[in-house]
Amino acid sequence: MSELLSQEFLTALISGGLVAAMPLLFASIGELVSEQAGVLNVSLEGYMLFGAYLAFVIAYNTGSEWLGMLAGIVAGAAGSVIMAVLCVRMNLDQIVIGIAIILIAEGATSLLHDAQYAESRPSLGDPSELEIPLLSEIPILGESVFSQHAIVYVGIALAFVVGWMLRRTSAGLSVRAAGERPEALDAAGVSVTATRTWATLWAGALAGLGGAYLVIVGAGSFTPFITQGAGFIAIVIAMLSRGRAPWTIVGAVLFGMSLSIATALQLIGVEIQTDYVQMLPFIAVIVILVLFARRSYLPSALALPYVRGEK
Amino acid sequence: MAAETDSRAEGQASPLCELLGITKTFPGVVANDRVDLKLHAGEVHALLGENGAGKSTLINVLSGMYRPDAGAIRFEGRPVRIDSPRAAIELGIGTVYQHLTLVPTLSVLENLMLGSHGGTGRLDLSAARARFAELAGLLGVDFTPGARAGGLALGQQQQVEIMKALWRQGSQILILDEPTSMLTPQGYEELRSVLENLRAEGLAVILITHKLHEAIELGDRVTVLRAGRVVGLLSPRDLRGRGEEELSARIVEMMFGEEAAELGDAVEVEAGPVPRKLTRRELAGVALQVRGLALDGGDEAVGVNDVDLEIRSGEIVGVAGVDGNGQREVAELIAGQRSPRAGKVLLFGEDVTRLGVRERERRGLRHVTDDRHGEGTVAELDVATNTVLKRIGTPPFWRAGAERREEIDRFARGLVERFDVRTPSVRIRAATLSGGNVQKLLLARELAGEPRVVVFNKPTHGLDVRTAEFVRDQIREAAAAGLAALVISTEIEELVDLCDRIIVMSRGEVTGAVENAAGVEERIGALMVARSGSGS
Amino acid sequence: MRARALRLGEATLVAAVPIVLALVVNGVLLVALGRDPFTFYADMFERGLFAWEGFQESIIRSAPLLLIAAGLIVAFRANLWNLGADGQFLLGAALVAGLAPSLLDALGVWPMLLITMAIAALAGGAWTIIPAILRGRYGVNEIITTLMMSFIGIGVANVLVKGPFKTDIGGVARTDVVPFDERFPLLFGTRIHLGFAIAVAAILAVHVMMTRTSLGLRLRVLGANPRAALHAGLRPVRLTLIAFTISGALIGLSGSVEILGVQGSFRADFNPAYGLLVIPLVFLARLNAIGSLVLVIAFSVIQIGGESAAREADITSDLVFVLVGLMLLFMAVIEYLRVRRGLGMRFVPDEVAERLRPPTGEGGAPAGEPEPAIGAGKVGSR
Repeated sequence: MSELLSQEFLTALISGGLVAAMPLLFASIGELVSEQAGVLNVSLEGYMLFGAYLAFVIAYNTGSEWLGMLAGIVAGAAGSVIMAVLCVRMNLDQIVIGIAIILIAEGATSLLHDAQYAESRPSLGDPSELEIPLLSEIPILGESVFSQHAIVYVGIALAFVVGWMLRRTSAGLSVRAAGERPEALDAAGVSVTATRTWATLWAGALAGLGGAYLVIVGAGSFTPFITQGAGFIAIVIAMLSRGRAPWTIVGAVLFGMSLSIATALQLIGVEIQTDYVQMLPFIAVIVILVLFARRSYLPSALALPYVRGEK
Repeated sequence: MAAETDSRAEGQASPLCELLGITKTFPGVVANDRVDLKLHAGEVHALLGENGAGKSTLINVLSGMYRPDAGAIRFEGRPVRIDSPRAAIELGIGTVYQHLTLVPTLSVLENLMLGSHGGTGRLDLSAARARFAELAGLLGVDFTPGARAGGLALGQQQQVEIMKALWRQGSQILILDEPTSMLTPQGYEELRSVLENLRAEGLAVILITHKLHEAIELGDRVTVLRAGRVVGLLSPRDLRGRGEEELSARIVEMMFGEEAAELGDAVEVEAGPVPRKLTRRELAGVALQVRGLALDGGDEAVGVNDVDLEIRSGEIVGVAGVDGNGQREVAELIAGQRSPRAGKVLLFGEDVTRLGVRERERRGLRHVTDDRHGEGTVAELDVATNTVLKRIGTPPFWRAGAERREEIDRFARGLVERFDVRTPSVRIRAATLSGGNVQKLLLARELAGEPRVVVFNKPTHGLDVRTAEFVRDQIREAAAAGLAALVISTEIEELVDLCDRIIVMSRGEVTGAVENAAGVEERIGALMVARSGSGS
Repeated sequence: MRARALRLGEATLVAAVPIVLALVVNGVLLVALGRDPFTFYADMFERGLFAWEGFQESIIRSAPLLLIAAGLIVAFRANLWNLGADGQFLLGAALVAGLAPSLLDALGVWPMLLITMAIAALAGGAWTIIPAILRGRYGVNEIITTLMMSFIGIGVANVLVKGPFKTDIGGVARTDVVPFDERFPLLFGTRIHLGFAIAVAAILAVHVMMTRTSLGLRLRVLGANPRAALHAGLRPVRLTLIAFTISGALIGLSGSVEILGVQGSFRADFNPAYGLLVIPLVFLARLNAIGSLVLVIAFSVIQIGGESAAREADITSDLVFVLVGLMLLFMAVIEYLRVRRGLGMRFVPDEVAERLRPPTGEGGAPAGEPEPAIGAGKVGSR
């Protein structure tokens, strides 16, 4: 029992949890904005894969982590363009198109990776770390929290920035109106389509960044289907955050820790099968939904097939 | 004597805005027929008329939603074209629609700031708060800018909408579309004082209403519309110094009286029917009874409160009232689609309040819905299937779960023939039928199988004259054979033509009931525009 | 008669066009990767269709897919998104693989076959109960709940296979293998096993159920117009539960077909992701069971042939995912265009097209009373 509180374990738990959390965090911040505007990106998993793959390719070929991440953003956004054009502008069904995008993403990234790297199976070097002076000296937390890749701090800050944007800017206001009552936004003279389009692209870009992080910092290389359902978890985190962006940090970290706890436990000699642990986040979601079934988590006009007001 | 005293005679200031000879038609109906409307600054101009009289169309022309087919608009004497809502806003015309367009989860201030920035940047909260304070003082509101819009009372929400319409500096005209439709008496008083303030500011306010007393109480000037035409105009002089009773009588005469009936000819609706001599039929026992029925309203719909009614077998009882005053809810409650908060529904003495739709149908109750496409039929299924939609699984159409196609088709063909539903085949999708034929289909479906009580919700709505008469005949025949019928309608003539008794609903309550005898139309009219709570 | 033939022709065309387009785009992708698409496609059809051995493989592959398609159709036509097929499939498969060897020893072949099929169906059906209740009674989005249950199901399957069901024989973690002779019997001297017949029977049963029974009609009404369903006196909660459990049971059954017909055992981490792949196929078939039969077999040909061709061309067989995704995409776009251009009457045997169809855009000026300008929500009603 005391081993659970050991430095080794806690450090590994928090550090691993944070690393596992970041892809979820980025994707869920993006999805949160999108859902607030009324667009459900079932294809979030697809955007992450697009981002992950291109990030890998660029990072590998240029040796630059940051270019890789930028590539991830671009790729993810490109993927979301399909959703924006077909669903927001042409009003096709978001679920059907979402599934199509996931399939294409899974297939294309696997295909491309296999074609280019099947033989070589390269990997990127160790990710860089940014040690925050002073803070990184703190026991446990210092090493786990304050010695992470720079983008981690960006991500955490982003959650707060996005929260501020949603509450205090005109764009944020339009987003919130678009998802709750698009006819009011329309009556106010703002284009609902444009608002939703930007929100969708934003989700794509951030999901792509999440995928890039996964590959560059998390895994160090790309393998097909590397996201393993992260996109769906991110959707859930966004839903459970109920429109408050900073809560995505909590959700992402909790899920991240449940994913990484197995490795941390291994360090202190406790072997738990990864399968058990991997199920934890999903079980947690079901439990939460069952307990709080009566409360609605979604903006009224979230364009799911069964909600009114699809525009 | 339709008074048309002119502002000329009073030597008043020239109008701020004039609508001259506005005509607007839609397929099958002339919504506005050479309508004139003159607006003066610092004056509340009430536009009075019943449902479908053309009020909304007229103000949509003014607010830029519609372009008129003929006529002109003048602003301070200059001719203007209002091509779009934008253009109207530029001219300083603000509109508050009947259906609130607030985002309930946002605060009042956020709702006001929506779209007014024209950018994506930081919200200028202090400027917005300042403008809020200005308008709040003007209108006399009592809520804070930070209040959640969805949590405000309807009257307050309306005030927010008014603020929104005036948010832009330089507003000159404010259009209020049926502003009191969902207000409590207190809300009404608040609105009254808001109008006072707006007058003082020099705005020209148009107040659309179907409520007579409102037009008289709140308006400085009243234009009365009926069936697309101006049938009366009361100037400030006419209104001053005359009692409400006298004015009411005059207006009711304008709207429902002899001359009005002649004018009504021009439109597709036939002239008012010759009052029939209804032979007092021998009525049997009570078939349907409703006691103290109550339902809570929601964001969008009005609730229902303490509704009582009783129908005997062979009787046709009508429900009159402006659309949206609880009639649909009552229909759904009787049919079993909804559960009431309080009250009972009794069928032939049996309490069926807890029973579902199917159970009530088994006891002989049917519901002909007004929502033909949304609820009554499944558009993508074929006509034949739609005729047995409420009998899925029952013999002879289904045996042990398996469909007997020939039985269904035969049944459908029989109905189609009896009720003259025009369709090339019973196998085509219901969506291809015209509105009138869908209505006949619904009628056929519900009347087949010898029901004992039927609720008809707006059964002739949108139908051509012949089909409407056919539907009414069917109802009459069924009643003669012993059916107890409840007919909900917004057309008073129809109810007079059809029913033995008519109750009137307003704001979710029954405001009164009248026997179908001489002078019934005026009495109904009076009840429809009466304050709720005034007895029969 | 002629009208019917025309409709059938139109239906085929409408289903075929997205497939063709997808093949073309995929071909472009192949070129980009430096492979010859013509050789590829030639190989694919050769090995998947024309070669007798290959064709049998395709048929065998189609068996579990058909059952999944049957399950999806029941749910989708009631407008319920059962996206948990993978979990239901694997759970059924794992239970079958784990229990079959002992049952075989204890009871013999046929009891084993029947009992394990029943268990798989029960498991699959049971796995949908939570999402069904959450959706039926509380309106909780079933997309998320079925997906979550799916991931949990995959996890449980693996835990079982790596744990209590694990074989004692060393090597890769897997269940005991059911001997070839004791699996589904083969049909008519071919290599095609009974599972295929079961699957076809299931598809036909679903077709009959949906088009000719009262339950099927109730589900279709619920899916097409929930308000009309209420008006007609149907009970949405009960129907939701029924639709989901039937759907889950069929998909669970497909797991048993995979094990008892093909694999013989469950290897740890086995997951062919059939659930996701079948979705586009049923939509292409406009949720019509017979159409799905044709399309699933066609897809199996593509998949089997494609796996072979991919090996030849030295690329991963995952490219089938791209193909299928493109098919779905093109189908959606074509459906949109057809409606936009008012191209003839859609061949939709029923109410499903309404859901795939885009709403009619901003409200224009209707006759009489004006309405606020909103894009009409379609299935916007739930």
